[in-house]
Amino acid sequence: MKRYAYYPGCSTESTAIGLGLSIKAVAGPLGIELEELEDWTCCGSVQYGSLDELEAILVATRNLALAEKKGLDLVTPCSSCFITLTSAGLQLRKNHLLMSQVNEALAVANLEYHGNVPVRHLTEVLASDVTTEVIASNVKYRLNGLKVAPYYGCQLVRPDYGFDDPDFPRSLDRLVESLGAEAIPFPLKSRCCGGTLVIPEEDMALGLIRKLLDNALENGAQCITTPCPLCQINLDAYQSRVNNKFKTHYNLPVLFITQLIGLALGIDAVSLGLNTNIVSPGRVLDDILGAGQEASHGA
Amino acid sequence: MSFVEEVAATHGGENICACIQCGICTGSCPTAGEMEYPPRKIIALIRAGMRGEVLSSSSMWHCLSCYMCTLRCPRDVRPAELAHALKSLASRYNYRIKGTRAPAIYHSFVSSMINNGRVHELGMILRYYLTTNPLVALKIFPVGLKLLLRRRMPLRPHKTSGRRSLARMVKKFREIRGSH
Ligand code: SF4
Ligand code: SF4
Repeated sequence: MKRYAYYPGCSTESTAIGLGLSIKAVAGPLGIELEELEDWTCCGSVQYGSLDELEAILVATRNLALAEKKGLDLVTPCSSCFITLTSAGLQLRKNHLLMSQVNEALAVANLEYHGNVPVRHLTEVLASDVTTEVIASNVKYRLNGLKVAPYYGCQLVRPDYGFDDPDFPRSLDRLVESLGAEAIPFPLKSRCCGGTLVIPEEDMALGLIRKLLDNALENGAQCITTPCPLCQINLDAYQSRVNNKFKTHYNLPVLFITQLIGLALGIDAVSLGLNTNIVSPGRVLDDILGAGQEASHGA
Repeated sequence: MSFVEEVAATHGGENICACIQCGICTGSCPTAGEMEYPPRKIIALIRAGMRGEVLSSSSMWHCLSCYMCTLRCPRDVRPAELAHALKSLASRYNYRIKGTRAPAIYHSFVSSMINNGRVHELGMILRYYLTTNPLVALKIFPVGLKLLLRRRMPLRPHKTSGRRSLARMVKKFREIRGSH
């Protein structure tokens, strides 16, 4: 078992509960142990950084300090938490005055930070530490023939923290392929979904979401998969708003990559939180169950 | 201090003087079309000292933080980080931003986070619609309802005990910065 400090991020307990559940379900079978930080608090995300760019670094660092006590790599499944925590750590290393001010403030909560926590995204841990070979060897139901659009979103690969190509990333493609499914070409795979601006600037965001759905379908996708909580909610929950606005008829399931992995590992749909997806993933499930039966007939 | 110096002193605006006005940032920005002053232009305005125009503008509030500009900029200006710094300046000096409700959602997010330790989405959204336009909430009510029914919108906030230490740290940090 490889051990990691785990920072789930707020959304895995609510709007992206399917992500939180499916991570818990697949971690054990894939040989990773995720030790959730006790008492973690919101990383602040872009929102805090847009109201007070320095205080934002402090609130993110509270979590880095908690992780440093554990002496483990810090893993998060949320793309926004990933860049917020990573960038806070990088800034502190460069800016000694800020580091000492942050530590002075952390001290009132009996915390300190020395700048030694590697922050990693779960996608990278799956692709590089767990490895696609190990995932493939644990697959019970190969997702043969399933055409999946691998959607990275923007903040997983940008700014470039070096774990994948920022324009044409491949790690998620490789995860999809390790399950036996086909990762279709998806030119817009790292373009933005509109993020939280879907609330105050809905029209703008719906236009971006539409382009993504359109590009996935054009390339033959039967479903989309993403690791990002924000991307999933925009593509899934706002799909009906896109249909209303543009008089389209999209009905494309959007699964978290850990949900897709879980299905291939033979984990039941409820443990993976698939009943919390808005666009029913029923078609994907039928395909897998069908393929599973064929496999057992063949055996 | 001139405006460009003020921006260059922020966390995010450090490299503004390296800009060669090539426009690659604007060309790669998915929402440039929605911005009165897309990234290249806003940098030109900052260097021209137009503080009021820049800080009261809605342009940087249309930024999605997708970091495409930061990736592509040949001079390491980091326009995405610059947008954060400009929004922070506008917030610090209480500029009223016309033409977007984005600041309101940001404020709702941060107050939810500080009150609970973690963001409580339903509380955040309700506060946002109450402080902006409650009628618009009706439009997206079906989306909210679906999320609620699928257990993706908990009614109660998850208050962590960490919120107290967070609040103490923030208070202390403000004192430290205030004294500098
Ligand atoms: S890409 Fe960089 S150098 Fe070119 S205009 Fe934009 S900020 Fe300036
Ligand atoms: S980070 Fe903001 S300014 Fe830069 S390309 Fe993306 S939306 Fe445009």
